Amino acid sequence: MQQPRRQFRFPVHIAVFLAPAVLLYTLFMVIPLINSLRLSFFEIQNQNQLSFTGLQNYIRLFTDANFAPFFWRALRNNFVFFAVHMLVQNPIGLLLAALLAEGGPLRNFFRTIIFMPTVLSVVIIGFIWQLILNPLWGVAEGMLEAIGLGAWFGPWLGKPETALITVSLISVWQFVGIPMILFYAALIGIPDELTEAARVDGATGWETFWRIKFPLILPTVGIVGILTFVGNFNAFDLIYTMKGANAGPDFSTDIMGTLFYRTFFGQQLQLGNPTMGATVAAMMFLIILTGVLLYMFLWARRVQTYEL
Amino acid sequence: MKTTPSSRTWDSIKRFMPIVVLTIYSIIALFPVVMILINSFKSRKAIFGAPFTFPTSETFSLIGYQTVTDRADFQIYFLNSAIVTFVALILTLLIGAMAAFALSEYDFPGNALMALYLSIGIMIPIRLGTVGILRLMVSLKLVNTLTGLILIYVAQALPLTIFILSQFMRQVPKDLKDAARIDGASEYRIFGMILPLIRPALGAIGIFTMIPIWNDLWFPLIISPSSKTATVTLGVQQFLGQFVSDWNAVLSSLTLAMIPILILYILFSQQMIRSITAGAVK
Repeated sequence: MQQPRRQFRFPVHIAVFLAPAVLLYTLFMVIPLINSLRLSFFEIQNQNQLSFTGLQNYIRLFTDANFAPFFWRALRNNFVFFAVHMLVQNPIGLLLAALLAEGGPLRNFFRTIIFMPTVLSVVIIGFIWQLILNPLWGVAEGMLEAIGLGAWFGPWLGKPETALITVSLISVWQFVGIPMILFYAALIGIPDELTEAARVDGATGWETFWRIKFPLILPTVGIVGILTFVGNFNAFDLIYTMKGANAGPDFSTDIMGTLFYRTFFGQQLQLGNPTMGATVAAMMFLIILTGVLLYMFLWARRVQTYEL
Repeated sequence: MKTTPSSRTWDSIKRFMPIVVLTIYSIIALFPVVMILINSFKSRKAIFGAPFTFPTSETFSLIGYQTVTDRADFQIYFLNSAIVTFVALILTLLIGAMAAFALSEYDFPGNALMALYLSIGIMIPIRLGTVGILRLMVSLKLVNTLTGLILIYVAQALPLTIFILSQFMRQVPKDLKDAARIDGASEYRIFGMILPLIRPALGAIGIFTMIPIWNDLWFPLIISPSSKTATVTLGVQQFLGQFVSDWNAVLSSLTLAMIPILILYILFSQQMIRSITAGAVK
């Protein structure tokens, strides 16, 4: 890999190889990102003049009656959304991965089926579930009746108390394939000798899993956790498709992504506000950055990666 | 060891448990999609009267597909999605491979810093820069063009592509490249020689780049919402918004939007899943 270069000039061919990627990435990702963050410190005056206002936008976002209640609710809802993924999606993903890793003749088949919803568009998934849960069609109710739980059915998507959890679970249903496949890859990477030794010592499958396999896949647990976090705090499509930009009923499914969209583009009675939109995006950026840094310094550093 | 009848039943329960659980979960994963597919071929009466049955000769109807082809510009949406996805994919692979080659092949000053700079985008979603991107697109006059979308998607896909491809390129034997250099091949020629050797990695990244682009709603909605530049995902989203009460049309348009991705997935799923598991094991 080492390639000592004789000339002192920066070699032309290296610049040629790097230039397109660096240019596109810088121009269409890094600079807009920095500009968006910068815009959150400005206000648009008349005639589209930008004027610097310091942290004024942030103070408005946290305290102004027009923004603060929405912001805090979206933030709380987003944490609920994330919690449902951590508590439901990732454990189910781990369970399915553990079962798949046991082997069996049909494992490729199961793997393919369970991963399938992940590749479909969130828009399609959102509409499919809206139809399935629609009391008019009665498919979900019919299914529940078939297993004797007909009485449980309700207009879950329409009630403020249940809408957020329902939407979260639909997202779980779609994306469970990702933790499953990552855990599965980690589990099949564990050499047989390690588990064989435990089995000879009389450990049950349950013990072998929690005492030997799980500690070995802890790095993957961390990766799944941070991927879930970034994905959830960046989510938008599902709520927008199922509940519109107003994230109804009564803003009960509003998360940071929908709040950002509404603040930036406006809604029926309220004009869009680019600088406040940029402020919401900057908060999303800070939240995601905090998550990534916590993961890097508190988790990835402490969890030992075993050389297998 | 003695086996009592009860322990034997317990054993067989334990043996079949994984299959049972996986089967139940597969049904949960498949059921909603199957419901949409089979009901899209039924008359309105049958959709509501007998949603759980396959279409029969009496209930079979293509009325929904007729409405969709009459009312929506699906051909245009498909064409837009295909152009955006294909061009963005080719550019990502080519530009990404070039940068990955530079980072993995040459030991130039600032290499590590450049690698770090390019990998920030793996964790920070490009959506957070939307306000800046829209302003940039307005000033470049790229609003409501497919070019604008393509540029965004390439920028979005580059960080992960470069990261993964440089790992693969490091595994190409050095002797091969040195032999070519002795024969007087240019560095560009050597890059061209490496590309076929990492074809599996290019294929895997290709699939993972394609799916989010095809499925994206955010940027088509914000950068190119006009009916001439709408992608399938946006087109379906808007069409469904207008035809909410026409169940035949809704089910048919959902089916039409799912079919291309489902076919691709069925064709490539083994390869795709194998590439994730292979990458993660390393």
